[in-house]
Parts: sequence; structure tokens; C-alpha cells
Amino acid sequence: MKKLIVAASCALAMIAGTAQAQDRNLRVAFDIPYEPFEYRDENGELTGFEVELATAMCEELSANCEFVIQAWDGMIPGLLARKFDIIMSSMSITPERAERVLFSEPYYITPGGWFGPESFNTDVTDMDAMKGKNVGVQRGTTMDTYVTENMGGVVSIKRYTTAEDMVLDLEGQRLDAVFVDYPVGEQTILNRDGYKEVGESVKLGEGVGVAMRKRDADLAEDINAALKKLKEDGTYDAIMEKYFSYDIKI
Amino acid sequence: MPDFIAEWLNENDIFTTMTLMEYWGGMVTTVQLVFLSLVIGLVIAVPLAILRTVRNPFVSGPIWLYTYLFRGTPLLIQLYIIYYGVAQIPGIHETFWWAIFREPFYPALLAFTLNTAAYTTEILRGAIIATPNGEIEAAKAYGMNWLLRMRRIILPNAARRAVQAYSNEVIFMLHASAIASVVTIIDLTGAARNIYSRFYAPFEAFIFVALLYMVLTFMLVFAFRKLENHLLRHQRPANS
Repeated sequence: MKKLIVAASCALAMIAGTAQAQDRNLRVAFDIPYEPFEYRDENGELTGFEVELATAMCEELSANCEFVIQAWDGMIPGLLARKFDIIMSSMSITPERAERVLFSEPYYITPGGWFGPESFNTDVTDMDAMKGKNVGVQRGTTMDTYVTENMGGVVSIKRYTTAEDMVLDLEGQRLDAVFVDYPVGEQTILNRDGYKEVGESVKLGEGVGVAMRKRDADLAEDINAALKKLKEDGTYDAIMEKYFSYDIKI
Repeated sequence: MPDFIAEWLNENDIFTTMTLMEYWGGMVTTVQLVFLSLVIGLVIAVPLAILRTVRNPFVSGPIWLYTYLFRGTPLLIQLYIIYYGVAQIPGIHETFWWAIFREPFYPALLAFTLNTAAYTTEILRGAIIATPNGEIEAAKAYGMNWLLRMRRIILPNAARRAVQAYSNEVIFMLHASAIASVVTIIDLTGAARNIYSRFYAPFEAFIFVALLYMVLTFMLVFAFRKLENHLLRHQRPANS
């Protein structure tokens, strides 16, 4: 009898244990607006490719997810300070970042695109012609790193915190061209009159992953499994087709 | 720079000669921006403060409105409006103004100057209206006209009363200049943000820049103490 009770309570404890593991709370951080990845629709609801993917992923993980808005500059510090648990805000995987945070497998990759006004007819790969041009990038992005490393002494690099500020300066003719995440440029620049793509887009880096704290290795495993499942069962493709006319799957 | 110093510096990851030069460039920009806006602001503020004390509301009214607007709104908003606003003015891109306002430095200088001029005007005005009646009456008794009274009696004493409050304004302005980095100026804060985003090392990048601001502040405090000692030497006890 005694053995039975012990066995039963062990079983109960195990069930309770797994139930608790499934009842996971996750705070997911986004930097908005970053169309079409995360932004507020006309009703003020948070939406976008990454928001929907995060929602699907949370369902797959059976986790209670809470969405947190965090400005880009404070993303990694906020994660390390436990203000939230994961970042799904188009954070490209880089070796420098990987020293501070743990990345999941990449869940999308987009190229960097060159955009500028109709009047811009310079070859962006021609360093002599680009000399002294004002080029806008978002600070700390892979596009920033690319321009800094490849065109550092040639062009005058203007770094912006948000894509909106950068587009405003492009409109205000302070910038000759911008080098920005392709979908962002497509959404915020190409849909205006008088702007075009001014150069070949460049695939940069290893793609975008979910960032978490280094110690959360278990979570990373679960997230990788969940993302893999979403990519295979068609959920990922359905979300992607809602927002993109081209493939960003990796 | 001697090679051995460069070598020693380049041994660590973050504070290499390259990043230190970036901080130095930022420091130069910050000092230029703050110094120019303070000097121009002060030059504007002195006549405005005098006119602000005039009884005629058509003279003092507009100045009151100006100081109210610039003290009543955040400097960041003023900077945004001026920086993005001028670029939206139709036709400005064809005028010579655009050569000036295209660079972020000048819109920022304009915003900072107008802001500090508004605060300084009010500081000076307070000091001017605090002039004891007896001093003015004595000056009148000597037959001094308004201009001479202003120049010899009221303004010098007002400057003595204003210098402590003004030293605060100067230090605030130095710290407020940190927002210049939002309009792509690479000032001290801009340099720190670039270095932070390159190395993902917020503490190193920002604590170092905080120390640089503290050094600048210390120099300002020191200079103002010298100035106060000079201006207020008549108030010192006799034997000190």
C-alpha cells in the first residue's frame, strides 16, 4: 500500500511537473514600427509577420505569451535585465550579438536594398562615384556594418534609430540613398512617388533568429523544434504569403 | 600617436585608437555645438531681457511669448520641428539656405540657441528686476540717463545676481546637447551610441562617455567658480 502511494504521488508530481513546463510564460519583445514585421494596424492592434509567427510559435509551445514593446537601442540590455524573455524583432544573427545572447535557428533572411530618389543614377558599387554621398542606415543593423566596413571612408554615413526618421530625411533630400532591409524599403519608400531601387540588393549575414538569454538553452531547443514544425506544416508559408510577395524562408 | 601607445590601446576590444578617435570627434562636435549656442544665445538674451522689463506690452509681450514657447516645450520636440520642419518647406531646396540646413549641425545649433536664449532671457530679466530701488534712485540723482544707468549700474549688478543661475543653464545645455545624436549628429552621445551598437557593450560605451561629460562639467564648474570669485569679490569677508 505504502509503495503504491509513493508511486502514485511520484506520478502525480511528474504530471504536475510537465503541466507546469507547458504552462510557460514568455514575454516577447518587438521594436515597432518595422513594417511589415511588427507594427500597429489602423485599429492600434499589434500585427505583422513576426507578431503572427510569434503567436503561432507560442501556440506550438503552449506558452502564455505577452508582447512587449522595446526600442531597438535597449533590446539586448532589456533582455539581459529580464524585462522580457525573448526577442523576435528582426534581430540578425551576428557573432558580436551571439556573445551576449543565445540565438535560435534563423527563421527568415532578407537582403539589404538600396533605395533613393528617381534622380539618383549613381552606381552604388562604384566607390569613386559614391564619394561624398550621404547614405542613410539604421544604427547597429547588418546594413550599417556593411556600409561601415565597405564604404567607410568614401560615403558620409548617417545613422538613424528608426526607419521612419531615415525615410523622412530621404524625402527632405538630406540623404542621397539609403541602404535598408529590403522589405522595409519596399513598404516605406518604394510605395511613394519618385523613389526607386538604386542598386542591386545584397544578402547579408546568417539571417534573423529568436534571441534569448544564454542560460535558456532548454527554451532555445523548444523554440527550434516549434519553428521547425511551423516551417514544415505550412503555417509559416501561410503567414509569409500574407506579408511578402517573395521568399524569405531560410 | 607613438606606436607603442597605439599597440597597447589596440590590445583591448573596445577602446582601440579608432573608437577613441570617434569619441574625440564627438567631443569636438559637442563642445562646438554647446559653446556656439551658448555664446549666440547670450548675445541674443541680453537685449531681450532688457526689453522684457519694459512696461510697454507691445515690446515685452512678444518676448514673453517667445520665452514661454521655448521654455514650455521640450528641447527634443523643438529640435525635431526645426530639423525635419525646414526640410519640408516648399522650395527651400533651391535656395542657399539649404546648403546650411542640409547639414544636421545647423538646425541643431538653431534649436539649441533659441532654447538657451529663452532661458537666459528669463534668468537675466529676473536679475534686472531685482535691482534695488535705491541703486536706481542714486543713479538718477547723479543725473545718469537710462542708457548709462543700464550700462553702469543695472547690468553689472544683474550679472552678479545671475551668474549662479546661469552656470546651471550652461551645464544643463551641455547635457541637453546629448539629444543632438537623434538627428544623426555624431556628438559625444552619438559616438557612444555608434560604439555601443558596434560592440553591444552598453556599459563600456556609456560609462566612458559619462566620464567625458563629467570632465567637461568639472571644467565648467571650475571656470564659473573663478568667475564668481571675481564678480562677487566685494562680498567676501574682509580677512579672507
